[in-house]
Amino acid sequence: MPPVKFQTQSSFPGWPHSDALATSRPRLAFSFGLLTLVLLFIALPVQSQVSPYVVTYDHYLEEPGSLELEYFSTFGTQRAGNDFHAFWAEFEYGATAWWTTEVYLDGQTTFNDSTVFTGFRWENRFRLLQREHFINPVLYVEYEQISGADKILKEVEGHDVEADYAVPNAIARREHNHEIETKLLLSKTFKGWNIAENTLAAKNLTGGHSWELGYAIGASRPLALKASAQRCSFCSENFIAGIEMYGGLGDRYSFGLHDTSHYLAPVIAWNLPSDWTLRLSPGFGLNDNSHRFLLRWGISREFSGFGTAISRLFGGGR
Amino acid sequence: MTLRVSSILLLLTLDVTAQTNSVPAKAVPARSVPAKNDNSVYAELAKAPPKAAARRNPLEHDPDAVAAGGKLFSQHCAECHGDTAAGSKKAPSLYAEEVQQATPGALFWLLTNGVVRRGMPVWSKLPEPQRWQLVSFIKSLPPAPPPKPNLEQTPQP
Repeated sequence: MPPVKFQTQSSFPGWPHSDALATSRPRLAFSFGLLTLVLLFIALPVQSQVSPYVVTYDHYLEEPGSLELEYFSTFGTQRAGNDFHAFWAEFEYGATAWWTTEVYLDGQTTFNDSTVFTGFRWENRFRLLQREHFINPVLYVEYEQISGADKILKEVEGHDVEADYAVPNAIARREHNHEIETKLLLSKTFKGWNIAENTLAAKNLTGGHSWELGYAIGASRPLALKASAQRCSFCSENFIAGIEMYGGLGDRYSFGLHDTSHYLAPVIAWNLPSDWTLRLSPGFGLNDNSHRFLLRWGISREFSGFGTAISRLFGGGR
Repeated sequence: MTLRVSSILLLLTLDVTAQTNSVPAKAVPARSVPAKNDNSVYAELAKAPPKAAARRNPLEHDPDAVAAGGKLFSQHCAECHGDTAAGSKKAPSLYAEEVQQATPGALFWLLTNGVVRRGMPVWSKLPEPQRWQLVSFIKSLPPAPPPKPNLEQTPQP
């Protein structure tokens, strides 16, 4: 059996891939991992009230100083190609009560093909109004550095269609995208129901691409509005169920529904008192341009006091 | 290179914001006197519109409301307001007169709207009945937490 060779060359120009860095990378990764673990043990876990949406955003931000870690998976079917399993790790931090910042690391496995790291995203959400209003706007700004092999379907935009995902990884990963994505998130909670609508505009900064557009809408509600007096895992109030729909709207020069894909997905979140949240969402393609089926699930944990722990590390709070 | 610069920027951002969030530490007395910033947090209660402040707690007579509110408090509020609600360097005491004398409607309004500029998040993501349960819990707090024994003044044998 021939020895397995790992590809160390980065698919991104400007990303480290020299031999020197390749040897120091494990050490750096170990140090970073150790630091993260120490900080997480210092920080306290706290029960969060995580929204069940996968693609849609409501207007609620991360609590200040809290860090949420999440792993999320998407299994997708592919006509005229191999099914895939895409995944991301998410680090979401409440910088202030009006600003949440997140980093995503994305990857995917295409069956009968390969597993590839597909890039990172840096996302920021800013609450525009201080108090609750009839509709609450939040501004979303994201920078992405991803390859053409990215399949996490965190958003659907422009003329994204299923056929785009049939390209073998070896070819797709040669495409490098530096993308700016903006969204206006509108959301309202009334009588326990959350209704959210997101409008998306994204521009690939590499090449002369035009602004691509997309949307996501969602509605959700906890199964019970009153909290029970006892600490419990299976109480109805711990479950939030809903539905979301998302898709592309073409681009600046060809706005509309032609050559676009759309999905409808029931969603459910289970906020456990042990500080974990599980989310599940089976998604169904609504036209021939969409993947027929997406199964998405994620697990997350929120750590409060992470900001204070970092602050102490750098001498703050003494 | 881009990756390294991004990592450094991220760490710096985290550090700056973390330091912004934490007020310099000082021992918090049992009935905490609000720090400079806290006064304005209490002052937010007075900004509740009269109609909102006049709302009655629909769970006022619910026998489970206080216990359920206590559970919600420990899950969502204790991190900043302290386990006993006596306050911490992040958030003020809920035993304070300003809080205890506020109407249930005003407390509900403040929970719903938060004090975003001062670091208190909007809690409208909790359904209305849960916010009223929190109000029930806050209003059930005694006028002041039991004072801690002052060991320095204890007569020595």
